[in-house]
Amino acid sequence: MQFEYSIEGGNFSRAGYASSEVKKKLKQLNVDLQVIKRVVVALYEAEVNVVAHAYNGRMEVEIDKDKIKLALVDSGPGIPDIDKAMEEGYSTATPEVREMGFGAGMGLPNIKKNVDVLTINSVVGKGTTVQMITYI
Amino acid sequence: MKLQEIANKIDGRVITATNNGSMTYDMAFASDLMSDVLTLQNDNMVLITGLATLQTIRTAEMADINCIIFVRNKKVTAEMVKLASDSGIDIIECRYSMFRTSGLLFQSGLKPVY
Ligand SMILES: Nc1ncnc2c1ncn2[C@@H]1O[C@H](COP(=O)(O)OP(=O)(O)OP(=O)(O)O)[C@@H](O)[C@H]1O
Ligand SMILES: [Mg+2]
Repeated sequence: MQFEYSIEGGNFSRAGYASSEVKKKLKQLNVDLQVIKRVVVALYEAEVNVVAHAYNGRMEVEIDKDKIKLALVDSGPGIPDIDKAMEEGYSTATPEVREMGFGAGMGLPNIKKNVDVLTINSVVGKGTTVQMITYI
Repeated sequence: MKLQEIANKIDGRVITATNNGSMTYDMAFASDLMSDVLTLQNDNMVLITGLATLQTIRTAEMADINCIIFVRNKKVTAEMVKLASDSGIDIIECRYSMFRTSGLLFQSGLKPVY
């Protein structure tokens, strides 16, 4: 099963909509609740990152019998130093983003904890792709 | 503790109650940082927060948190109430500070997450 959602940068009132839809689908498919929680927490953090740090993007979802493959592909400023971005507490979030309760620099490390495989590709000035795989 | 018992302890007002407020809670966590909340492993706990945005409800939904207490007299919007009801999330509004709310509920037996 494969589907896709578009994500608008800067639009916090919609942030999480796509993750919420994926959560509903996974529940319908009777995926284990602990797995669902880990997957959607990671997905939501990645979705919020597109809203908070990029201009626009899309979420690609692929659900098989043995794995859930998720990708967030955005057009945005990109990440100059991915290792630094992965550190707990590192954040370049704007005051607007912090007002929404984000910008603690915990998102990427938390994504890493919650999925089996995390791959980040980024080109400065172009955009970022965050791919997450969870085996079920 | 039941929803209404929690509300009574902090002189709060129940805004949404799932299944007639029949859920019971025994743990709580207080934070205004959503990505902090998203690191918690526990389910079925109370989130005490001063951040009243739609993202607070979304975060609770994603983290399987079933009850939010908005402190410091923060008011929830109609949109937040709708999303909370759809997601089965209980909401209490309370005028006390985060510290006072947490203290009162700790004293009443709600356990910290860690
Ligand atoms: N999609 C993205 N595009 C550009 N930069 C990004 C993107 N995702 C993350 N970053 C960069 O990596 C940093 C760390 O991301 P991370 O998700 O860990 O923290 P945060 O988003 O700043 O705060 P939090 O996730 O705790 O709310 C961000 O502050 C930003 O500089
Ligand atoms: Mg983030």
